[in-house]
Amino acid sequence: MIDKLPILSLLIWLPIIGALLVIFGSGQKHKGATQWLALITAGATFFLSIWALFEFDSTRYLMQFVEDEPWIESLNIRYSLGVDGFSYPLIVLTSLMTLIVVISSWNNVSNRISHYLAGFLIMGGLMNGVFAATDAILFYVFWEAMLVPMFLIIGIWGGPNRIYATLKFFIYTFFGSVFLLIALIYLGMQAGSFDILAMQQLVMPELDIQKLIFFAFLIAFAVKVPMWPVHTWLPDAHVQAPTGGSVILAAIMLKMGTYGFIRFMLPIVPDASMAMADFMIVLSLIAVGYIGLVALAQKDMKKLVAYSSIAHMGFVTLGLFISFSLVAGKHIDAAIMGIQGGLVQMISHGFISGALFLCIGVLYDRMHSREIADYGGVVNTMPRFAMFFMLFSMANSGLPGTSGFVGEFLVIIASLQVNFWIAAFAGLTLILAAAYSLWMYKRVMFGEIANEQVASLKDLVSRETIVMIILAVMVLAFGLYPAPLLDIMQPSVEHLIDCNLVSKLSPEGMCS
Amino acid sequence: MQNQLLAIMLLPLAASVVAGLGGNFIGRAWSHRITIASVAVACGLSINIALGFAFGGLEAANITLYNWATLGGLKLQVGLLIDSLTVTMMTVVTFVSLMVHVYTIGYMKDDPGYQRFFSYISLFTFAMLTLVMSNNFLQLFFGWEAVGLVSYLLIGFWYKKPTAIFANLKAFLVNRVGDFGFLLGIAGVYMIFGTLDYAPVFQQVVQGFQDIDIPVSETMVWSGITFTCIGLFIGAMGKSAQVPLHVWLPDSMEGPTPISALIHAATMVTAGVFMVARMSPLFELSEVALNVILVIGATTALFMGFLGVIQNDIKRVVAYSTLSQLGYMVVALGASAYSVGIFHLATHAFFKALLFLAAGSVIIAMHHEQDIRKMGNLRKYMPITYITSLIGSLALIGTPFFSGFYSKEAIIEAVHHSRLAAADYAYYAVLIGVFFTALYSFRMFFLVFHTEERMDKHTRSHLRESPAVVWLPLVLLAIPSVIVSWFIATPIVSGSFFGDAIFVAKEHDVLSPMVEGYQNVWGLGLHAVQTLPFWLAASGVFVAYWFTVVKPGWRSVVDKKLSLVNGVLRNNYYFDKMYIDYFSAGSVGLGKKLWQWIDAGLIDSWIVNGSAKTVAAISGQVRKIQSGYLYHYVLVMVVGLLAFLGWVYWHALAG
Repeated sequence: MIDKLPILSLLIWLPIIGALLVIFGSGQKHKGATQWLALITAGATFFLSIWALFEFDSTRYLMQFVEDEPWIESLNIRYSLGVDGFSYPLIVLTSLMTLIVVISSWNNVSNRISHYLAGFLIMGGLMNGVFAATDAILFYVFWEAMLVPMFLIIGIWGGPNRIYATLKFFIYTFFGSVFLLIALIYLGMQAGSFDILAMQQLVMPELDIQKLIFFAFLIAFAVKVPMWPVHTWLPDAHVQAPTGGSVILAAIMLKMGTYGFIRFMLPIVPDASMAMADFMIVLSLIAVGYIGLVALAQKDMKKLVAYSSIAHMGFVTLGLFISFSLVAGKHIDAAIMGIQGGLVQMISHGFISGALFLCIGVLYDRMHSREIADYGGVVNTMPRFAMFFMLFSMANSGLPGTSGFVGEFLVIIASLQVNFWIAAFAGLTLILAAAYSLWMYKRVMFGEIANEQVASLKDLVSRETIVMIILAVMVLAFGLYPAPLLDIMQPSVEHLIDCNLVSKLSPEGMCS
Repeated sequence: MQNQLLAIMLLPLAASVVAGLGGNFIGRAWSHRITIASVAVACGLSINIALGFAFGGLEAANITLYNWATLGGLKLQVGLLIDSLTVTMMTVVTFVSLMVHVYTIGYMKDDPGYQRFFSYISLFTFAMLTLVMSNNFLQLFFGWEAVGLVSYLLIGFWYKKPTAIFANLKAFLVNRVGDFGFLLGIAGVYMIFGTLDYAPVFQQVVQGFQDIDIPVSETMVWSGITFTCIGLFIGAMGKSAQVPLHVWLPDSMEGPTPISALIHAATMVTAGVFMVARMSPLFELSEVALNVILVIGATTALFMGFLGVIQNDIKRVVAYSTLSQLGYMVVALGASAYSVGIFHLATHAFFKALLFLAAGSVIIAMHHEQDIRKMGNLRKYMPITYITSLIGSLALIGTPFFSGFYSKEAIIEAVHHSRLAAADYAYYAVLIGVFFTALYSFRMFFLVFHTEERMDKHTRSHLRESPAVVWLPLVLLAIPSVIVSWFIATPIVSGSFFGDAIFVAKEHDVLSPMVEGYQNVWGLGLHAVQTLPFWLAASGVFVAYWFTVVKPGWRSVVDKKLSLVNGVLRNNYYFDKMYIDYFSAGSVGLGKKLWQWIDAGLIDSWIVNGSAKTVAAISGQVRKIQSGYLYHYVLVMVVGLLAFLGWVYWHALAG
């Protein structure tokens, strides 16, 4: 039955329609009802994404659940959707995190809660659209549109300096998006269609043009990841964003950038990507080392986790860009390891960073401070919270048995095959991530009760506990048994290596 | 057998989860009942399997449990490897763990975190068993980090104590430095052998393989196998607290005493020794690595022994003793006498756990006073603790016929026969170490149990022997501390016990010459009085006796004469100062500077805000963006997009 449903359209439009109903139905009288409507919508979307997972054929690399309708026929722009091993796990992640944000915001936002929840539902639908779109212009529309609810969420529900943060976020992303659009239009005209798969089939005989396109993609996607040095919007955005905004920003929005690398940059301009691989590896290692040190110096918990996010996303880009030299050296298994490691890191970081921002949110709701120095000895009053926060801090430092370990382990193992120094630099995360995560934990959680506010803290309520349990289960499950996730992605990864990382300077050797 | 093995491994985990998550619900008594029962079953099953290996002709087994990940042609699987080496470790771990569980009932009886403590030590037992029972590097690393996690949780068990939460962070981070090497070592294994399972790796070693080159600069190339072995050994240096990564172990004494016995003496800290023995086929391939191991081990054995002499905290004396003894085990590994290293690991586990638990018994009696200068003559009040401590100390210093004698003697002999470049240094280091072992052990012993009573009146009036749950484990550990070598020394040294589990290259074989002329354990014990180590140990005891009992005043004279040496020793050779003042403070300082100068300075105020200001200056309209209204955002985006679209179309059409 499910194969007859336009499943991807449902995943995109169901939350958006639900959100519109929430907005129109909102008003003081129906506050409770609209909140429940938001929860039901988010729950149904997530349920749908899981249900479709059983129908998802994890032995194929081809697009599945395909939908294709004409949209703007004069320009040959189509409403075409489809998912493969790269995008479907991200859609499930998005649907889950949207649900989690709805649950966790239940009582914590007093100002226009229905609008707040609706914003997340719309964003969830649009983000699913980004991952599901197979038409480049459709992709671009979702890509830009999803920013609007995020701007609003930070701008309306954010902290005191929210306007600066929003503006900064806006300048960065807008700056990047413009180049993306130029590149997509150029490619569309070359390919005669905006179908992303058709763009991947283009022969690009001139390396210089490939490089121009590469840089257009790079600017757009690197801002989102974010990669050093276009990362400074992220700590500000996180600090000003409300908890839910931070969760979605860290868990999903950052993945848009690396998803762009996988969907567009590597397959469309492989020769330029290969030529620039060393450059990208260096940027990734700066993220791990430099940003790790910067995280160590932070006094604001949200800034610390924001910097830690940048450092962890460095492993995704590292895993992707070491694959060129591994493929060239015929280390195919290691190339798979690197790419798979990067992909797992994307999913895992979604859970862990989302969970850490929720943990900080739990503290912020009670104390209205993000300053590490305002805390101390929280474990005395919130033992249950302490347990979850410990688990997520350990996951953030890459403890084996948690999902945070899997990606970093695979990428480090693979990178030694490329170069000793890459592996050694990447391996520094073992020390740095543990240092900033556990030092923060020590200062916030351990010790004698620091002040009266800490003394009066109440432990997690059951709503918060449920959210923590869901994320804890995810973090542990994918740490102890990542095979199912890897298996879903495997055919797409192999296809990427076999067909998309080959030279496109001439039609020779390209897959048909 | 698979079900038994799974029961051994998973029962402690299940008990830990029950006591940890349901501790408040089931209460204190049921928490300790459940955890003790599960560890007792694990111990019983382990002994059963060990006996099967020793007498019943059980064969080594390699069992795959599940597929962790498939990456192209590479399968990473979780599984178990059971052979004589593994069962030795399993038996030691579960037995000591059981003793510590029972002891904890007495030691922690007034602690509000009672259930949490039982949960942690059972979790530790699970983690340690995963580590030793693994059949692949991935799971080894899991166990390796999991024991580190529990160690971290237990050192910081009293989380209100500033020293405890400093010590646990320090322990975790120093171990992470070791793990950095360990992970690169594992990456090296994959690079050379293309798999992370033990069996195919060892098979390739035996059948011949191609070493690879690891280029590190234009002119320098490392041998892959040496790189791998040294990487793995750096991991061992962290976990087994070898110089210069030893600094966390003395501080780990901030944790409750039962875990000092279990984790920081008997089991976790020996994980590095076990790992190197497990990897013997790899280490045999690299003499460079073996020499490194010899030097590090010998340095730890000797120089940490020096530090034991000047400590006044009863647990720190035992801690430095542990460091020194770990150095002995590592020396054995470097001399390719892996089985001897494991032998000392096993005997040390019993007598050192005994010494720690006895120290804990003293600490209970002294109302948590740990300074040995405030003790004295406790033999009058605590006869069982006294006798068992004496047994432990005699075993530690290598008194003939005690368990420690055979293992230590074997180490000294093994290094003596080794032909590696560093063997001479190591030989003299472990020899001199024997004197210092006896000196610090009996200095403490005399100060605690003999000499005049120096405690205050109140403490003295409450001095009494500890309850049965505390002294029973002491007695049960004292027995193997005496006798265990009588049964295992011959099969281990002759090489028959470990068989194929340990691989030694012919040119590194130091055990065969030792077996020549060896008759039995009694003969070796009687022969001891003619050997140098015996007299070194005896003179150590004598010097300790002289300076504590006969002429206690001489101590301060010596201190003054050697004030320079004393200063170096009191500061732990300045390792802590270097790490804390330069390494960690330097990292935080560097992070701050990078942040302020580059992130906030260069990128933000110069480029980002600069361009924002430029835009604002040009248009004057951008201020409206800040109004926060949706349509403004959309307006700006649409206008911008249209402008660029037009530009692109115009160019594209023109071109």
